[in-house]
Amino acid sequence: MTTTKLSSDQTSSGSQTATALVEIRDLKKSYYRDSQEIPVIEGVTLTINRGEFLAMMGPSGSGKSTLLNIIAGLDSTEHGSVIVAGENVTAMSARELATWRGRHIGFVFQFYNLLPVLTAYQNIELPLLLTDLSKKERKEHVRTALDVVSLSDRAEHFPRQLSGGQQQRVGIARAIVSDPTIILADEPTGDLDAKSAEEILDLLTRLNEEFQKTIIMVTHDAKAAERAHAVMHLDKGVLSR
Amino acid sequence: MKFARLVWANIFRNKRRTFLTTASVAVAMFLFASLRSIITTLEASAELGSEARLITRNAIGITFPLPEAYTSRLESTRGIRSVSWANWFGGVYQDPQDFFAQFAVQGESYFAMYPEIHVPDDQLDAFLRERTAAIVGAGLMERFGWSLDQTVTLQGTIFPGDWEFTIRGVYTPENPSFSDQAMYFRYDYLFERTNRQVTPGWFVLQLEDPTAAADISTTIDALFENSTAPTATETERAFQAGFVTMWGNVAGLVRAIGTAVFFAILLVAANTMMMAARERINEVAVMKTLGFQNRTLATLVLAEATIITGVGGLIGLFLAKGFINPANPVNVMLPGFNLTTGTFVAGVGISIALGLVSGAVPAWQSARLSVVQALRRVA
Amino acid sequence: MKIPLIYNLRSLKQRPISTLTTAIGMALVVAVFVAMMALSNGFRAALVGTGAEENAFIVRKGANDEMSSGLSRQTVSTISSLPFVAKDDEGRPLISPETFVVISLQRINGGMGNVVVRGVSPQAIKVRSGVEIIEGKMFRIGAREIVVGKTLAQTFPNTAVGDQITFGGQPWTVVGHFSANGSAFESEIWGENEQFMPVFRGEVFQSVTFRMTDPSAFAGVAETLENDPRLFVDAHREVDFYENQSAQLGTILNFVAVFIASIMAVGAVFGAINTMYAAVASRAPEIGVLLTLGFKPRNVLSSFMVESLVIALIGGIIGCLIVLPINGLVTSTTNWSSFSEIAFAFRVTPRLLMYGLLFAAGMGLIGGFFPAWKAARQHVVEALRQA
Repeated sequence: MTTTKLSSDQTSSGSQTATALVEIRDLKKSYYRDSQEIPVIEGVTLTINRGEFLAMMGPSGSGKSTLLNIIAGLDSTEHGSVIVAGENVTAMSARELATWRGRHIGFVFQFYNLLPVLTAYQNIELPLLLTDLSKKERKEHVRTALDVVSLSDRAEHFPRQLSGGQQQRVGIARAIVSDPTIILADEPTGDLDAKSAEEILDLLTRLNEEFQKTIIMVTHDAKAAERAHAVMHLDKGVLSR
Repeated sequence: MKFARLVWANIFRNKRRTFLTTASVAVAMFLFASLRSIITTLEASAELGSEARLITRNAIGITFPLPEAYTSRLESTRGIRSVSWANWFGGVYQDPQDFFAQFAVQGESYFAMYPEIHVPDDQLDAFLRERTAAIVGAGLMERFGWSLDQTVTLQGTIFPGDWEFTIRGVYTPENPSFSDQAMYFRYDYLFERTNRQVTPGWFVLQLEDPTAAADISTTIDALFENSTAPTATETERAFQAGFVTMWGNVAGLVRAIGTAVFFAILLVAANTMMMAARERINEVAVMKTLGFQNRTLATLVLAEATIITGVGGLIGLFLAKGFINPANPVNVMLPGFNLTTGTFVAGVGISIALGLVSGAVPAWQSARLSVVQALRRVA
Repeated sequence: MKIPLIYNLRSLKQRPISTLTTAIGMALVVAVFVAMMALSNGFRAALVGTGAEENAFIVRKGANDEMSSGLSRQTVSTISSLPFVAKDDEGRPLISPETFVVISLQRINGGMGNVVVRGVSPQAIKVRSGVEIIEGKMFRIGAREIVVGKTLAQTFPNTAVGDQITFGGQPWTVVGHFSANGSAFESEIWGENEQFMPVFRGEVFQSVTFRMTDPSAFAGVAETLENDPRLFVDAHREVDFYENQSAQLGTILNFVAVFIASIMAVGAVFGAINTMYAAVASRAPEIGVLLTLGFKPRNVLSSFMVESLVIALIGGIIGCLIVLPINGLVTSTTNWSSFSEIAFAFRVTPRLLMYGLLFAAGMGLIGGFFPAWKAARQHVVEALRQA
């Protein structure tokens, strides 16, 4: 585990560097099953800067995925605020969030979640359909993304024709094609064999170092976490370093 | 439009299911079109009769004749331009099941009153010159393979015996709802052969002014009220419409069946859409993470459902169009059996409605889907 | 070793919406099928029920319906005196010479109908079997009185006992209603033949019906009558004559019933196939487990076919229940063969309901076959991997 060398300690807005991208203040979240309240996040305060590669680890049910979902605007919260790229995510309506998410967030899933009826190309193109780009412009972006993940020769293949590692690369290409502000990866190597996992982590590292992409990665895998700049631990909804 | 490919891909996700659903809708629309065409054909034939002609029949019933002597009094009634009459013959040509109508008509005056029955002049002349001549509908000629100047023999039922007729003319009706499978021969032939016993079955009267129809009808019936054979007079249109009502409550029956069919297929389509939606919960969730709006996703579902039902409907309607046309044997009982534009449009409308209704619940469900819950199911 | 039925039944309960929608789709098909067959059945019953095996029915030679026929008084008396005409207890010949006309009457709910007005002899009730006065009484001889068939009373106005109907320029008093085993007679107006003759067609009868002393000797009776130079007649068995009249319309109704129901069935079967395929697909792991436990593929096949059958039968039962209320509903149409109105009731019989259920079962078996086949051919390993 690398020592934290980032400004994740800074909480006051005054001494904020200009590169703060995600600011989470005193976030609390509970789920309700039947009539029981199950707290998931018990007051998390966190700042993530642009260009950071953050890994979040913790046992199952610790709230890691929930935190990711909240940052992505997929889940709501009753207490605390989340400001991403200057926008208060917790205050936006569902409609606004959808639009905002399309522009700012790139999600990578553990189980890839590609649409089986679409080719790799079409899967990657999907987020661009929400923009005003012309067909030609969309093509350019998709081609670029395919290049970055080194899958240009498989563009017309369907997910069932691709290996796990290849499908995840398509997933990553889809996550970056609209040039999002943040990439959120939920256990991206969870379903892969060692070799494929390595490839994916290389790719993420490259995205971060070469393209300055801010990445928040949730993972079980200590080896994966090593690739990040900093590692956070989330246990029973409490964040620690 | 850029989402077209996505919708398309989803439709063909499960080809068998899509095919079966489309086929179901096609089948339902075929049935719908057939049933509705029966109704529209009946309605068209009810509109067939002219408002400018009157039919005077025996008040007891159409099967009772009237005295020929009535002619002069009818002719001298104010507002009547001309008078003719006809009888139902009811003969059999070879096979009793092979039915067609035969009428004995008062030669010259009858065809003059029915300009919409086109008979070439020379043929009409031949008909008027020869007592045993007959004018036959073009459809009937084709059906039995008869030719002009051929002699045919019918067995009389009401008027027993063998009756020979020579075909001297072929008529074609202007209006397709007017049967082209009837035979007309001369009243005087009937008259002579029945030893002058027969009298007119009903009178046809040409009005000077159609708007006077009601008044003149009343006048005529009053004229004969106290005679041996009181009359009932009405416009030809009303008279024809009366025949249509003899079918009984056909319209009601047909409508009931149509409704049952619609609901049965609706259930099939809705079930399919729901099954499809259930498979895709995950994908809908993913699309929401990508930033797709709830409304957009709901629309995609509806589009998919409507395309399937729309295509199915069109297939069914086109098949119906091939089946429902003047060449169909049903034409003997229902002349002009045809698929109207109205029926076609109604069919398309219903197909689309079917799609919207069957897709409604899945569309709503996808809009309301909680991403977090859906994704958690997978991970 | 068979897969227990309870597995299928519970599985059905697990997907209630899917099961119900498929079942209801089939229910509607069965309902339409049974309804249309009931219509055809009612019509047939009305005409077939008309007439008795023991009666001979005489019309003028060449006439294929009563209306076109004409028999003189002489003819009637000649026939009455023949030995094969049976006699009643009082020694009177069981013979009913009748007049037959069709008149126009306005129906209760609009439109004109052609109604049969039959002039009968007082012996008619004895000769035409199955006729019973159910309300009021029979008409008196010599009076302007009529009795009205029970279905006719429902479709035409002014037909209650005590009412007067005007036709033929005369008012006639309705003194009774009669039933006739659901036959065509129930759509008719009956009065005394001698009363009707001067009003309508004069001194001529349209038909003569008599009871044969020996019904099995009909062939001989017919030959005697048709070859007699004094007469000019055709002899039929009463039942045959009326059955012929129902032939055309009856055939059409049957054809329409089968046509419509078959087409609907195709649609419903497609729906069933979809449902079963989805069921098989979602239960792949279960099937894998069953196969692992030692059940054979053919057990799986029959299990799924049974499941499909159960859905279909549920639908069939619902369909039969839906359609039961129409039993006895009266409708009318014109039988073009006799050019007269015939009112008849939808007739749902247990046999018809059974046909409905069989129809449903057929749909279930056909719909379930391919998906069941697929289920049976599952590879165990693949199936389990989907778990």
